[in-house]
Amino acid sequence: MSDFKSNNKVVNWIEERLPVFSMMQHSAIEYPTPRNLNYWWNFGSLAAVMLIIMILTGLFLAMNYSSHTSLAFDSVERIMRDVNYGWLLRYLHANGASMFFILVYIHIFRGLYYGSYKAPREILWFIGIAIYLAMMATGFMGYVLPWGQMSFWGATVITNLFSAFPVVGDFIVTLLWGGFSVDNPTLNRFFALHFLLPFIIVGLVVLHVWALHTVKSNNPLGIDMKGPQDSIPFHPYYTIKDLFGIGLFLMFYLAFVFWAPNFFGEPDNYIPANPMVTPPHIVPEWYYLPFYAILRAFTFDLPLLPAKLQGVLAMFSAILILFALPWLDTSKVRSAKFRPLYRQFFWLFLANALVLGYVGGKPAEGFLVTLGQMCTAYYFAHFLIILPILGKIEKAKPLPASISQPVVKAAALIAMIMVGLAGFGGEAQANSGEGPALKKPATAFSWEGVFGQYDKAALKRGWQVFHDVCSNCHAMKLVAYRNLADIGFTADEIKAFAAEKEVPAEPNDEGVVVNRPARASDRIVAPFANDKAAQAANGGALPPDLSLMAKARVAGPYYVYSLMLGYEDAAPEGHPIPEGKFFNHYFPGNAISMPAPIMDDIVSYTDGTKATKEQVATDIVTFLNWAAEPELDARKSMGVKVMVFLGVLTALMFALKRQIWKDLH
Amino acid sequence: MADQAHNAQPSSVDGQTRRDFLLYATAGVGVIGTGLALWPFVHSMNPAADTLALSTTDVDISTIKPGQSVTVVWRGKPVFVRHRLPEEIATAEQAASADLRDPQKDADRIKKPEWLILVGVCTHLGCVPLGQKPADPRGEFGGWFCPCHGSHYDTSGRIRKGPAPKNLPVPPYQFTSDTTVRIG
Repeated sequence: MSDFKSNNKVVNWIEERLPVFSMMQHSAIEYPTPRNLNYWWNFGSLAAVMLIIMILTGLFLAMNYSSHTSLAFDSVERIMRDVNYGWLLRYLHANGASMFFILVYIHIFRGLYYGSYKAPREILWFIGIAIYLAMMATGFMGYVLPWGQMSFWGATVITNLFSAFPVVGDFIVTLLWGGFSVDNPTLNRFFALHFLLPFIIVGLVVLHVWALHTVKSNNPLGIDMKGPQDSIPFHPYYTIKDLFGIGLFLMFYLAFVFWAPNFFGEPDNYIPANPMVTPPHIVPEWYYLPFYAILRAFTFDLPLLPAKLQGVLAMFSAILILFALPWLDTSKVRSAKFRPLYRQFFWLFLANALVLGYVGGKPAEGFLVTLGQMCTAYYFAHFLIILPILGKIEKAKPLPASISQPVVKAAALIAMIMVGLAGFGGEAQANSGEGPALKKPATAFSWEGVFGQYDKAALKRGWQVFHDVCSNCHAMKLVAYRNLADIGFTADEIKAFAAEKEVPAEPNDEGVVVNRPARASDRIVAPFANDKAAQAANGGALPPDLSLMAKARVAGPYYVYSLMLGYEDAAPEGHPIPEGKFFNHYFPGNAISMPAPIMDDIVSYTDGTKATKEQVATDIVTFLNWAAEPELDARKSMGVKVMVFLGVLTALMFALKRQIWKDLH
Repeated sequence: MADQAHNAQPSSVDGQTRRDFLLYATAGVGVIGTGLALWPFVHSMNPAADTLALSTTDVDISTIKPGQSVTVVWRGKPVFVRHRLPEEIATAEQAASADLRDPQKDADRIKKPEWLILVGVCTHLGCVPLGQKPADPRGEFGGWFCPCHGSHYDTSGRIRKGPAPKNLPVPPYQFTSDTTVRIG
């Protein structure tokens, strides 16, 4: 460290006053790293990259976000629709949260497998748990910010956890809320904390790396580096290996951003928060699901310990128990490679955690309750019973004398990640699939698939259906007339559509508000002045706003398509429906207030297409999907370019990595 | 400490060339990619589509009497609409434009001589000059006077004295009828 010398006078001048260059030389270049790290050791640096991406995207999103309950939802939609590349920033951030947790979970399980928590790495492990806790708090508060239904009800449920504590519970909850329910003060403070916590995480990461560089990296064999022959300098060997990993990871991450940006999200969060109505099935984000299952596993009251308190304590304990892990695991051998019994139990523990995640994402019913309880018991038994005993009875395989060669190859890693993802995907989709199978149009919607783009003619026909039929009852307040330019209408046509409706003008010189014709810059004018007027004109039922309909339902486009075509003239036997309602196969509960909205020839298309009801349904669904995802065309075409670019870059990095590592292998 | 690996000689000169090529190619592509990836972040700070769409303001000028001014909002900035008196037009036209700091003829700053339309933001550092209300100081040249740092504008909105470098800008506008002006 002290032997740092440079030929550059400026560098030396700075170095004598602030030794940044020797510090970088010491900790990022020369840092002696075990020569046998496998690809599971990439996930720490990947998580650091993800943290930087989250902070950057979050910063630019915050420049456009409004943390007021009356503005938050619309400000997020404005980011999606009007802010330049706002959709990209938001999808990077929203999917980035899931990616961050995937990376960190892999990083944690790598630590569990190779015994990275054992002496002398206990404090390194503690800081890691602190980072994980801070991430959970940050992720939770971030999910509240869009102020959709899941945001609101997630915030309600999670803050209510604290009410379980005796005496101080209600005080804590009121303090968190800043009121008597989750409301504007809650949203404001969550935004402030959501902005702050990532920087706390950065500070913890600095400590984490500091501790790491003090005790040095663990490795797949779990034995200490015994001399220079066991180590290689971090640069260039691990810089290029980490960069190659980043290339692979970015392709994986961006595939979601560009082609399945709402894969990890809940359709309900595209419905604005409504404190009066809880969605029928609320779930936390997937990364909390195992702990959510533990929370729900306790159903019997005990003296002094009501079930609610047991669940909350168990949930917090499930994470906090990790702090005791270095002492609960009594084995002196670190790596599971040499612990034949622990290796079995490691995989059992991982499987158990995945089952808990699955149970947490399902309604608490029937066998799943019992399964959740068994898995919860096993979760704690693993730490409190199995690990302490295992260390005493297990006969470890003989440890090698010194570190040898890398063990796991890239192909094996990729295969394992794919298997893990299939699990995550299954969980994310776990709560769909109620009700009858949805109808699909004879030919797929034009925008489906990797390269699919909107069919402009169908969009124009869909607008005609919306304009002539839907807009008599339904609003579409997030779309402006000017947006119709995207689907091929001319400026004059747009002006004419806008001028059909009136909006209140600015007060005139006498202070009287008169109406003026709507302009292209106005949002599509709603058919009713307010929700009450809309309800009064529609037999008490509020026709929902259609701006986000295609994203706000599970399998949205197919749901709407099926709903359009799912009416029966008379309710089938055994399905009585109330007066004034209509029978629809696909509407939850079957009794819908909207009469069949479309039929053959309900519009006469200006482009001469025959208006069969299937055609009309296809066109209106196309239009509604455009209204919900106007960025789709730009998103996919950017995605293709980005993927080609990343493919080239990653291939180059792979070749360079092989070249650099060639002399070691 | 681990220098035997670090200093290991590449196996051949060919290997060295190949390694250099890969290094420069990877670094080059990586730098280009990082640069391209920064653009969406920067561009997100530019005006959004809804902001750009609000770029016209209609003004009813039928109620503005000669000698009067009104201030309207266009793109979040004040726009001065002054119904000039004949003597104000005369002094504006007579000024020897070549002597001005930002030489411009009055005729180039108007569409109809009696209507002067200006963005009411001082070109020095962005304050709103005084001169719209009858009681306001209008500076030494009868137009506008910026109280922040003492810039004087004439009856054509041209800078005549003080620190401002440019004339008050004329926004794009058109007379959509005899009594209305669309700014933007």
